[in-house]
Amino acid sequence: MKKYTFTEKKDTRSGFGAGMQVLGQQNPNVVALCADLVGSLKLEAFIKENPERFVQCGISEANMIGVSAGLTIGGKIPFATTFANFATGRVYDQIRQSVAYSGKNVKICASHAGLTLGEDGATHQILEDIGMMKMLPGMTVINPCDYNQTKAATIAIAEHEGPVYLRFGRPVIPVFTDADQKFEIGKAWMVNEGTDVSIIATGHMVWEAIQAGEILEAEGINAEIINIHTIKPLDEEAILKSIGKTGCVVTAEEHNRIGGLGDSVAQVLVKNKLVPQEYVAVNDSFGESGTPAQLLQKYGLDAKHIVEAAKRAIARK
Amino acid sequence: MEIEQLEKVASQVRRDIVRMVHACQSGHPGGSLGCTDLLVALYFERMKLKEQDGKVVFDMDGKDEDLFFLSNGHISPVWYSVLARKGYFPTAELGTFRKLDSRLQGHPTTHEHLEGIRIASGSLGQGMSVAIGAALSKKLNNDKSTVYVLMGDGEQQEGQVWEAAMFAPHHQVDNLIAFIDLNGQQIDGPTLKVMNNRDLGAKYEAFGWEVISIEEGNDMASIVKGLYEAKGRLGHGRPIMVLLHTGMGYGVDFMMGSHKWHGVAPNDEQLAAALAQLEETLGDY
Repeated sequence: MKKYTFTEKKDTRSGFGAGMQVLGQQNPNVVALCADLVGSLKLEAFIKENPERFVQCGISEANMIGVSAGLTIGGKIPFATTFANFATGRVYDQIRQSVAYSGKNVKICASHAGLTLGEDGATHQILEDIGMMKMLPGMTVINPCDYNQTKAATIAIAEHEGPVYLRFGRPVIPVFTDADQKFEIGKAWMVNEGTDVSIIATGHMVWEAIQAGEILEAEGINAEIINIHTIKPLDEEAILKSIGKTGCVVTAEEHNRIGGLGDSVAQVLVKNKLVPQEYVAVNDSFGESGTPAQLLQKYGLDAKHIVEAAKRAIARK
Repeated sequence: MEIEQLEKVASQVRRDIVRMVHACQSGHPGGSLGCTDLLVALYFERMKLKEQDGKVVFDMDGKDEDLFFLSNGHISPVWYSVLARKGYFPTAELGTFRKLDSRLQGHPTTHEHLEGIRIASGSLGQGMSVAIGAALSKKLNNDKSTVYVLMGDGEQQEGQVWEAAMFAPHHQVDNLIAFIDLNGQQIDGPTLKVMNNRDLGAKYEAFGWEVISIEEGNDMASIVKGLYEAKGRLGHGRPIMVLLHTGMGYGVDFMMGSHKWHGVAPNDEQLAAALAQLEETLGDY
């Protein structure tokens, strides 16, 4: 098992803020919009350096999406930012018609996704956003795994022509990917090569998967760990290559088991090669208040549950 | 263009509308006929449009030209006809409206790359937000041209409209002219009965808009005068709202003033009766 260490913990939303600061300096067409959550989205640096390219929308997310779509006309690259729940479910039709169907170059950037936003509870813990966004034709869906990857993804999506949903979170988690990484949309990252089971993880679950890999190694199980940061378009080639070697798969995501990464991987298996798959995901329920660690444990998303899922998958081979 | 010439264009556009809707036996003639005079005045008189060798040309960014957005996308027939008559695409294409493989979808879309369309609309309440974004884009680009957007009066029942209404004065979007088609009708009946959205002018004024009225929204001279007045008020820190009083179905006597022709196509006999009232001025497609 390849060793991953970290010297600090940071939130992925701060990676987004850092990426925005770089974009503010590098790309004069980038415009940031926010619906009364500037501090939560870590936009202070961008706003300080580019006040004329920041649009405060107030608590009006539907209008923010429409204004973003309009800004693309004339060549701007709008980054519309708020919490994941308000960036997707609340404004689904606005995204569908004014952004996706209209083919607009809008970046929907959503913090506080998933259970790990913690104490605010289920009203804010959206677990359906990946499903909603990936169903929209033409939408790219990205869920990076740590501070550095989120920063790199933020910078990369400005160069991509077309609508993007970028999902990140609130809690501080280990920073374990390279600071100077090149982010390639749609390209899986091989975290650890292995032979017994493929663990395909996205977002905050990648660190949990690495910890699970270490536990499995101690028990003599050699796990291949793949980070799928881009859920759509999905790197089918990387997935098929891996399962060709391991013969079974665990998918891990901070999302409802219905409609998320697991289902996307299952489609690849159904079309190409049937192997046992186990889901590590929220079992079609809403979340609740608690600390991120408590919630990951209670809803079956932590390293221990990935280990159990891996063993079940191997047993079904 | 002289008022008389504009009226001639409007007559042909009205013929196009009823023929398009009749040909596919679906679509929305009522609101289309009511807004015909406004769209003709905008495209043939008021808007600064990009041209090359005397012909209009289209590009998505629309820099240094005026832009028009149709928020109540169901009145697509009038927009398609005006765009075609202006020269954005061949008038023959009007015959494909709402048919399979057409670029003239039931509601406007950019998906089929139809020249003149910059955003999909149809699901109501979204167009003003988009127009505001386009107006902000112009400001960032130091582009002095104007953005126009048309909404329905029933559409004012959508919450997003009021998010946008609050936003535009706050951000001093003063390169924007919005219209509400006040025909007093929506699908289920008179707007005052379905959901009373009375005193729209007072509401927009309270939100910080400059509000003007065109009382005769189907009289070309009144519209042109109103458009010049609206234009004259731009650039003073406030967006402009024009309350356009129209008659639904205007120009075809049996379609006028009733919500019944919101989304119903005429049969053969009704088509003949309608065309008999509308002079063919530019040649049918």
